[in-house]
Amino acid sequence: MAFKRDKKEEEDGGNPYQNLEKTSVLQEARTFNDTPVNPRKCTHILTKILYMINQGEQLGTAEATETFFAMTKLFQSRDIILRRMVYLGIKELSGIAEDVIIVTSSLTKDMTGKEDTYRAAAIRALCSITDVSMLQTIERYMKQAIVDKNPGISSAALVSCLHLCKNTSATDIVKRSLNEIQEALNSDNVMVQYHALGLLFHIRKTDRLAVTKLVAKLTKINMKSPFAVCMLIRMACKLLEEETIPRSESPLFEFVESCIRHKSETVVYEAAHAIVHLSGTGARHLAPAVSVLQLFCSSAKPTLRFAAVRTLNKVAMEHPSTVTACNLDLENLISDSNRSVATLAITTLLKTGAEASVDRLMKQIATFVNEISDEFKIVVVQAIRALCSKFPRKHTVLMNFLSGMLREEGGLEYKASIADTIIAIIEENPEAKEIGLAHLCEFIEDCEHTSLTVRILHLLGKEGPRTKQPSRFIRFIYNRVILEGAVVRAAAVGAMAKYAANCAMLHDSIKVLLKRCCLDVDDEVRDRATFYSQLLSSNNRQLITDYLSEPMHISLPVLEKTCQDYVLNPTKERINLNELPVDIVVKNVSQEPARKQNVDNAVKPVEAIVENVDGQKLPSLIGLDAGKLFCSSEPSMLTELETEYVVRCIKHIFNHHLVLQFEITNTLDDQILEDISVALDVSEGFQYLNEFKCPSIKYQETGNVYVYLKFPDDSVDAIASFTAKMKFIVKDCDPLTGEVQDDGYQEDYRLEDVEMTLKDQMLKVKVGNWDSLWEEAKSVCFEVQETFALPLTSGGLSDTVSQIISFLGMGASNNSENVHPPNKSSHVVNLAGMMRGNCKVLAQAKLALSENSVTIQLTVRSMDERVAELVVSTLD
Amino acid sequence: MDFSLLEPTLYTVKGMAILDNDGNRILAKYYDDNIFPTIKEQKAFEKNLFNRTHRANAEIIMLDGITCLYRSNVDLFFYVMGSSHENELLLMSVLQCMYDSISQILRKNVEKRVVLDNLDVVMLALDEICDNGIILEADSGAVVQRVALRTDDIPIGEQTVAQVFQSAKEQLKWSLLK
Repeated sequence: MAFKRDKKEEEDGGNPYQNLEKTSVLQEARTFNDTPVNPRKCTHILTKILYMINQGEQLGTAEATETFFAMTKLFQSRDIILRRMVYLGIKELSGIAEDVIIVTSSLTKDMTGKEDTYRAAAIRALCSITDVSMLQTIERYMKQAIVDKNPGISSAALVSCLHLCKNTSATDIVKRSLNEIQEALNSDNVMVQYHALGLLFHIRKTDRLAVTKLVAKLTKINMKSPFAVCMLIRMACKLLEEETIPRSESPLFEFVESCIRHKSETVVYEAAHAIVHLSGTGARHLAPAVSVLQLFCSSAKPTLRFAAVRTLNKVAMEHPSTVTACNLDLENLISDSNRSVATLAITTLLKTGAEASVDRLMKQIATFVNEISDEFKIVVVQAIRALCSKFPRKHTVLMNFLSGMLREEGGLEYKASIADTIIAIIEENPEAKEIGLAHLCEFIEDCEHTSLTVRILHLLGKEGPRTKQPSRFIRFIYNRVILEGAVVRAAAVGAMAKYAANCAMLHDSIKVLLKRCCLDVDDEVRDRATFYSQLLSSNNRQLITDYLSEPMHISLPVLEKTCQDYVLNPTKERINLNELPVDIVVKNVSQEPARKQNVDNAVKPVEAIVENVDGQKLPSLIGLDAGKLFCSSEPSMLTELETEYVVRCIKHIFNHHLVLQFEITNTLDDQILEDISVALDVSEGFQYLNEFKCPSIKYQETGNVYVYLKFPDDSVDAIASFTAKMKFIVKDCDPLTGEVQDDGYQEDYRLEDVEMTLKDQMLKVKVGNWDSLWEEAKSVCFEVQETFALPLTSGGLSDTVSQIISFLGMGASNNSENVHPPNKSSHVVNLAGMMRGNCKVLAQAKLALSENSVTIQLTVRSMDERVAELVVSTLD
Repeated sequence: MDFSLLEPTLYTVKGMAILDNDGNRILAKYYDDNIFPTIKEQKAFEKNLFNRTHRANAEIIMLDGITCLYRSNVDLFFYVMGSSHENELLLMSVLQCMYDSISQILRKNVEKRVVLDNLDVVMLALDEICDNGIILEADSGAVVQRVALRTDDIPIGEQTVAQVFQSAKEQLKWSLLK
């Protein structure tokens, strides 16, 4: 009572714990030493200390230790709350204070004592201060506690065991209590059941067979605890991912499906969620999951609605048709008070909706788009972007909507995402180009973000000259010169110059405008204007092409890095622009490896351990002088993922040389590999120059073997396949102690063939003005032409196009890789690439659809005749 | 990849927090060292979370890749956080349990002042609900029983009629449950 009143006086309208002074609170902790202990006062002081730590006050080791020891005095009191607070204090300070082990005996006494209210909490406190050596002494008590009839105590013991399992050697001790844990699994108490299942899975999880048995047994009995059933569903799904038998025959899948009819919502949702996220679930199996999610959509609980829409959104990504049935429910959610739910509903609808419903949906979005935060607006913009590529014909509606959004208030990120979307639409859909550029022109009239304006001006310079009426853009661009800051003015000057270079009719008028800019107050703007007017006056077609129409495509990040290196270390040789790699079309990294990793997260995927050698550092790493690295291939597997040794090959290509990097991972815990080399059977023309062996690879380690080759002089021979064999000495070792036996034996291990393909030696090149380059190449390059026929695949022309692109490893220009509309009967792909040795290659493939095949006429132009022949022969 | 199957583990809860109506921390616990390893990051997250949740009472929000469930009462905000892949309903039952048990402990006076007056018991309750990220108990009745609330704290004369009824009702309920 006294304590309560004290506090009331203290706080009058405030927080009694505010403005706590660390030193004075710790000073107060001396009260703990008084005898007899005053429980009220001490509880209050202890609360203050814990509050202070929770607020972020850091205690030093000495302070913590002193407080900890003072706290141990409180064990004298028998006040329940005080004792429990002491446990909390022990847990809180155990990480900082020294010699915390001192309280072991007091805690052991409490955990085995008669007072039930102490026991559970004492177990948990004890485990937070116990290490492996101490665990053995309390093991007996833990076993008893696990099967105690008080559920609280049993749960506490199980959970504490699980915490201790973070330490591998403690796991072995915990495993000795297997019988007790299994007994706890049959407990009547729901939480004990849940905790026992969790612990049991944890100690068994590396043993697939045991887990399979456990799941099979438990799916047959009806577990009471909804949490435990959720856990069981997750375990079943983990097994299902690895199963090979069809889903409809699998008893595990049947179990998961049956959980959809469970009486607990948590379990129902867990099962639906699991079915949706299992890989390769067909539409038929999804149907029951989708229908329960549909029910959840109209639930009164926001959490349930959120969970349902989020999962439906995921379904819509892969099986939009399955979700169509829920469209009505989703539409009701658009006006949901929880904005996350509303946004998810909209994006799901945009994915599932038919072309006809787009207009209506856009109207609905328009009603609430002003109320939501920028973050969600970006989500909506992204959904619209996806919609545009799905229904190209709807671009006018969507474009108008986007331009409306552009006019609204918003941050840079939001505006940038809209501009990005419009740019993407322009690139994908030639019909939308004129309208899109017009919208962007209007936008820069009134845009406060300099970086965005500069980007749009650059785009106008690139795309504008090739539209029907280039002159209409000049007014917008020149307005920038009059009205904006120096950075924008400079960009505008650059954009105008491009119009002059590409449109003969505008040439003279733009020269006049540029002359005016030569008097600008800013140095950069003046410089650019002068440079461009001189260039245009010179009438030298070659110079104009090089600097205006088709500037060099040097990879900017590499250029930036090279310049930085030069500034830091100016003694290095001059930077030669020709030696820098050209700009590469961003490669689409396939989703497959990422997914794989997720599946076998528990067994540590080999990919994750493999260290990534930076290709640029490679020459210095193994001491080569092959010049600058041209490119490195994606790693390719030379073994299956599950074999005893996992080998991947990365091909590093130089102008005339080739380094094969073999990444070898040892997955056997009872073997050590030594003196590893790779024997290659190189085909004719290739020269075997050198090899760098790997001295040894231990369990779970990865080592590299490098083989250094020279390419054949004739490029046509550079396409080859080598048989490969890994040679090494095996030494047995003890998996536990790591002790190695001295005598090893020689072993060979056959690898899959290493393929050298054209695409390894070719870089994709981004070319803005492919047509003019093609025309130019006609006069100076060798040309090779051939006609082929490929069988028609289900995907039609677009499949064949992507096949050609992947064979040749070249980049498509002017978006010619997209076949629009998909069912048209002929198509032309314009390709550009850079072959090793910095040899530019242009190619044009004309495709025509006939009865059962696609006829392709491939024309290749290159400065090197052999390279041109090589490219043609690849497709053959 | 954004979505994946859930790993079978008992470590469900990433954090729990009670904030006041200015967004200041009253109590907060984070159980995963990988998210918010320092107090500074934790508090920055709490500020951000509070700013997004104090106006709309919408129960759930995704923030920085974390699913946060929340509930407010008078001048208090209760939060439970979990991974973005976690079953939202599991987290919901934790939040429910946290709110209900604190409400029972404070005899329905869920207010900042009362929480601070009973901070010790509130701390114990949070400790009973979640142990280092594992849901220890999701039934508020069991939690209240385990924190061993001093029901006879206030002399009967100082209790309001409602409180007397409440405690009588609760005692009756427990005796029936046993």
